[in-house]
Amino acid sequence: MAIIDSPAIKERSTVSMLMFTVILGLLPALFLQIGFFGYQILGNLFIGIGFALLMEAICLKLRNYPIRPFILDGSAFVAAWLLIISVPANIPIWTLLIGIFFSIVVAKHAYGGIGSNPFNPAMIGYAVLLISFPKIMTNWPISDGFEIRNFIQFSQFFSISNINETYDAIVSATPLDQIKTSLFLGKEVNVLPISFSILSPYQMIAMFYFIGGLFLVYKKVITWHLPLSLILSIYIFSGLLHLYDQNTYMSPLFHLLNGATFLAAFFIITDPVSSPTTLKGKIIFGILIGLITVIIRNYGGYPDGIAFAVIFMNICVPLIEKFTQPKVFGYE
Amino acid sequence: MIKEQIKDGLWKQNAGLVQLLGLCPTLAVTVNITNGVALGVATIFVMMLSNISISPIRNYVPESARVPIFILVIAGLVTIVDLSINALSKPLYDALGIFIPLIVTNCIVLARVEAFASKNATLPSLYDGFFMGIGLTFVLIILGAVREIVGNGTLFQNVHFLIGDKYEFLTIQLFDSSDGFLLAALPPGAFIALSALILFLNLVNQKR
Repeated sequence: MAIIDSPAIKERSTVSMLMFTVILGLLPALFLQIGFFGYQILGNLFIGIGFALLMEAICLKLRNYPIRPFILDGSAFVAAWLLIISVPANIPIWTLLIGIFFSIVVAKHAYGGIGSNPFNPAMIGYAVLLISFPKIMTNWPISDGFEIRNFIQFSQFFSISNINETYDAIVSATPLDQIKTSLFLGKEVNVLPISFSILSPYQMIAMFYFIGGLFLVYKKVITWHLPLSLILSIYIFSGLLHLYDQNTYMSPLFHLLNGATFLAAFFIITDPVSSPTTLKGKIIFGILIGLITVIIRNYGGYPDGIAFAVIFMNICVPLIEKFTQPKVFGYE
Repeated sequence: MIKEQIKDGLWKQNAGLVQLLGLCPTLAVTVNITNGVALGVATIFVMMLSNISISPIRNYVPESARVPIFILVIAGLVTIVDLSINALSKPLYDALGIFIPLIVTNCIVLARVEAFASKNATLPSLYDGFFMGIGLTFVLIILGAVREIVGNGTLFQNVHFLIGDKYEFLTIQLFDSSDGFLLAALPPGAFIALSALILFLNLVNQKR
């Protein structure tokens, strides 16, 4: 007779099911991104994820692990996907591959593979790319609006060339970056030529990450603690700064809709390996990431600080967990 | 006897890769070969001199006061090196910055004095200081070369600081520096390159 462990009712919930649901949550935003910018992102995903799985297989082989089950758990797939949607779609493919190499080989397998990596692999790849290639990483494609023809132009699929060199006019900095530059040049924020009455493509995509994220919470893939504490924390801290001086600090809503706020809140900081497991720990983790992000966005040298905030808080996770251990019933 | 010091200094007890004792300057200054060579030579000089000045007095130094005495001797020697580099090549002095005086706190110098010179005769101590320094210098040169090529696209950058202005032509630009992989020139690049070297060394040792 087989002896069954205590949760007697079992759902079919494996790591790969989990990762599949995460990908489902990411799909609406991907659809929107293709509509706005064309198929290039899909080409990036195709090549990037292929490379990530190849690297994963090589690492597993070198470390004498069985390849099939570990590839099928989908963690490398999701990490590569998150990295690819975090970088500009017009990134030269070799740059992207360097980022993926760092996220899979260095951040994941050099630290012991899935379950042991202290840092979020996707964010390590992103940080490596941002500090190594700032020029490439801050030029985002401009959209002409959501157009059906973007779904028909399959020729964009593998445009591997560096777009910066040929079409200078169609890339620009993100709103966060523009604000930073304008403030640096001494302009006041409220005279900036950015309209907030309608959502820009990037803000629409951010909203779709929000919707996809709610789907994950509904499916119980993630709990609400991490996303809510991060979003509230960014809202409150940037709101305080905005109250202090409206000409220098952007409104909290701007901070929520721009940059990677929603993407990070639902998909990045919820990485089960590199985030805390205790409930209180999750809330502290989210709040501190929000605080550091607001500080970096307003005072730092980089336009968006979520990646650095996540990496920094990743090292604090053991400490956070040590101080937030729930009391065991029956002990003092 | 000398064979053992050569083997220890260059490979078995390599200061940079096995003992990991010279990490602070190793990681900080190796942005190019020139800096690596300069710091390496300065360290060789300090290690040789400190070993041969401490080895003869090893029997007179009281056990309890030995560390301050060793440090004093090393600090004196480092001051000589510091002032000499300042006099000979001001740009190099500026490039190396605080890391020349920091050779004093470089654990490798004190470690060799403590572990070798205070227990052995003068001549072996001289060899030990020299080959330990050579071993560290090799590591500094390799690290400097890798970080310079990958991060900046150059080889022998600033080499004229070291050997005179007329040798400026030795600097080779392999590709446009703005295309460089900046991470390699930044501190994380130093850590990654050093760990790659240690990996290589461990692999070779394992094969034996």
